[in-house]
Amino acid sequence: MTSNPYLFAAYAATWIIHIAYLTTIMRRYSRLKREVDELKK
Amino acid sequence: MKYLFPILVILTGILLSYAMYMALSPNGAPTEQTMGMVQRIFYYHVPSAWTAFLLFFINLGASVYYLIKRCSTADILALVTAEVGVVFCTVVLVTGPIWARPVWGIWWTWDMRLTSTLVLWLIYVSYLFLRKFSSSGQTPVLAAALAILGALCVPFVYFSIWFFRTQHPQPVMGGGGSIDPRMLHVLLINWLAFSCFAFLVCWSRFRLEKLQREVDEAHAMRSLMDDPAGSRSTR
Repeated sequence: MTSNPYLFAAYAATWIIHIAYLTTIMRRYSRLKREVDELKK
Repeated sequence: MKYLFPILVILTGILLSYAMYMALSPNGAPTEQTMGMVQRIFYYHVPSAWTAFLLFFINLGASVYYLIKRCSTADILALVTAEVGVVFCTVVLVTGPIWARPVWGIWWTWDMRLTSTLVLWLIYVSYLFLRKFSSSGQTPVLAAALAILGALCVPFVYFSIWFFRTQHPQPVMGGGGSIDPRMLHVLLINWLAFSCFAFLVCWSRFRLEKLQREVDEAHAMRSLMDDPAGSRSTR
């Protein structure tokens, strides 16, 4: 049971890495959407 | 077709939640006797590695296809699979030391499996840097050549524990070791869940990259139309 913090850390790290990457995709998408809107003007 | 992506996102979310429940609950996979609960890192560490390897092989196929046909869709697919593959490989490199610390007593050792995985990660990170910072028209070709080199390292990483004396355990598949069928079942569920997740991330990233290229083209066209004299004076 003393190893449980490691288990939690590994699972948390996995999802932090994935969520961080998904966040960069979403930010790039909103920036592109703004560029598309500007181009349409 | 409009609702396909959101439906797949929901289904993948359910599958990932079920896979996590199976990985963490004693009802799913039994607790390993020697390592205890910390062994359950295995259900995230190994499927992440398999997903990364799968993405790197798709990257290889797309890169070879690009070199032969010069197809821009293959080029985008190569870029996307490399990027998502690096994310999964990062998960492997982070969860591995977290598992190693309580089991081996050390965070890291320069043994062949760990070192070759780090080298593989560095190759694909350099691939992404090349694609991001090189402005040469030959960038996709150079990147495709680098991708072939990277993919050649994947079998070496997987089988390195056969050829060298390492601290890392034998591979689950094809390693001659045995695994409890319930553990194998949970492992495969997690791999399926991570593969579906990787597919959806690749899909989103593919659409984003396609849009990015269309916007870049539109910017180039607009600057040509806005400043035709400037474009003539550079000749």
